Amino acid sequence: MFDILGIPAPLLFGQLLLGLINGAFYAMLSLGLAVIFGLLNIINFAHGAQFMMGAFAAWMLLEWLGLGYWWALLLAPIIVGFTGVVLERTMIRQLYKLDHLYGLLLTFGLGLIIEGVFRNEFGSSGLPYRIPPELSGAWDLGFMFLPVYRGWVVVAALILCLATWLLIEKTRLGAYLRAATENAALVQAFGVNVPRMVTLTYGAGVALAAIGGVLAAPIYSVNPQMGTNLIIVVFAVVVIGGMGSILGSIVTGFGLGIIEGLTKVFWPEASATVIFVIMAIVLLARPAGLFGRA
Amino acid sequence: MADTAITAGTLQGEPAAAAGFWGFSRAQLAALLVMIVFLAVAPFFLYPVFLMKLLCFALFACAFNLLIGYVGLLSFGHAAYFGMGGYLAGHAAKVWGLSPELAIITGGLVAAALGVVAGWIAIRRQGIYFAMITLALAQMIYFFCVQAPFTGGEDGIQAIPRGSLFGLIPLDRDMSMYWLVAGVFLAGFLMIQRVVHSPFGQVMKAIRENEPRATSLGYRTDDYKLVTFILSAGLSGVAGATKSLVFGIATLTDVHWSMSGEVVLMTLVGGLGTLFGPVVGAAVVVTMQNYLAEMGAWVTVIQGGIFVVVVLAFRRGILGEIANLLRVKL
Repeated sequence: MFDILGIPAPLLFGQLLLGLINGAFYAMLSLGLAVIFGLLNIINFAHGAQFMMGAFAAWMLLEWLGLGYWWALLLAPIIVGFTGVVLERTMIRQLYKLDHLYGLLLTFGLGLIIEGVFRNEFGSSGLPYRIPPELSGAWDLGFMFLPVYRGWVVVAALILCLATWLLIEKTRLGAYLRAATENAALVQAFGVNVPRMVTLTYGAGVALAAIGGVLAAPIYSVNPQMGTNLIIVVFAVVVIGGMGSILGSIVTGFGLGIIEGLTKVFWPEASATVIFVIMAIVLLARPAGLFGRA
Repeated sequence: MADTAITAGTLQGEPAAAAGFWGFSRAQLAALLVMIVFLAVAPFFLYPVFLMKLLCFALFACAFNLLIGYVGLLSFGHAAYFGMGGYLAGHAAKVWGLSPELAIITGGLVAAALGVVAGWIAIRRQGIYFAMITLALAQMIYFFCVQAPFTGGEDGIQAIPRGSLFGLIPLDRDMSMYWLVAGVFLAGFLMIQRVVHSPFGQVMKAIRENEPRATSLGYRTDDYKLVTFILSAGLSGVAGATKSLVFGIATLTDVHWSMSGEVVLMTLVGGLGTLFGPVVGAAVVVTMQNYLAEMGAWVTVIQGGIFVVVVLAFRRGILGEIANLLRVKL
């Protein structure tokens, strides 16, 4: 085995891979936040809880209905996305005319409720979710072992992010969406049902978080707190990237994951805080964020 | 647009400079009197340790309200200043052997210093970005507290001595400690009232109502926001410091983000931007936690439920609604 900068290569690449995987989740979650924020102008504090719901939905589908990973990947986002639609229709909708901070407070409360209910039902110790047999095992890349599932998560997240980007930037539906972000009243005047679009956008953002949860279920143990700590980091990611650009949040998410992974190799004590430090530096140098519009 | 502001409703028809003693309105003077009488009488009827906890959180909520209620900045990271104040006071009293008043001052000063840095970074953005940034910075401080040797990690700082006030009056008895806590609370409360009704406070409110206009009038709004942030952080630190002396322990719970959420809840329930609201809100939330302590995770669910109900149906909070009904300022 060879060394790079005095670090054994397997350790370096191992942490790099972990960073890439964390980055995949940062990218998926910040993408969802950015899409929701663009149209609804609220920061969805319940995003972490909805990510956790996705993981639990996968677990429940398997344990209670015997439906495996691939079914979960399809059904969990639909189920969780539907709960999002219900929340938007019944509660979040009432806040659009108010200060944006109320949206933050409401979704924070919703997140607390969801997390508390799951903690009551399932405890906080965490439930195991097995890697599907098609994706178990590992490839020997010569310089490191790559567990197949971890490779799959990175690829799946990349595909998902790019598909979202294509949908928003290159399709007619995406054009409506971007137009409504700029000027909802005008788009509505052209005969587009903007309130329905808003509802579905929230549902889609939530579904994106749920897919992230399903992907995360076999890697992290499925537990009620899995989303909350993640979402605070994702907030920092969002501040660093700025919410103006879809591609920006994807790049920032993956990039910060990799930086975090490298910090674990070179200065482990700082790995928990490095993203927050970067956030502070970016705010001092470029307050609107790397990809944001001032 | 004023209709959509986060504290609208409590402000309408507010006179530029209220007449009367220290800017208290007549209703506020009456409420102040009730509060002081309560402070003096309550320890003879209620458990003093419970009251002390309540007062520490009430001061914390008042300090938090200074920022959201009067400048319109929602900080989601105030646990950092509360918790760090607690750690530093604990460290000062236990390791350095400082007397309690100096330990509390140490906690407050360190929290204020932290507020200088965090505020300087956070005021670069407004609205929800400000909330996210303060939350992220507080999480950074939380991780610092997990790792730093002086905080004792998961164990926290335990067996913090209460010591003797000015080296003269021993505080081991709960009743003696209570008077100190009540004094600290009242001093902090009156200080906030003084700040809010000073010319400085008028500018704070102008920034909340219309920042571009305040800028165009020649005020350097960032300076005002930063000073308010530092004040708010410092007073939160004092509250945390006092709490750690009362209970003799400073732990990670007080720096955790859920504590930041709790102080938001207290202020929201009591009434954003009202003078007495945070005190009432703290009383409600602390009492609720006391009675529901054995219900475990349901406390989280209930707190979340209160958030939802207050935001959807009850945005003025308890005192805001009462004040609105009676057409007075509280």
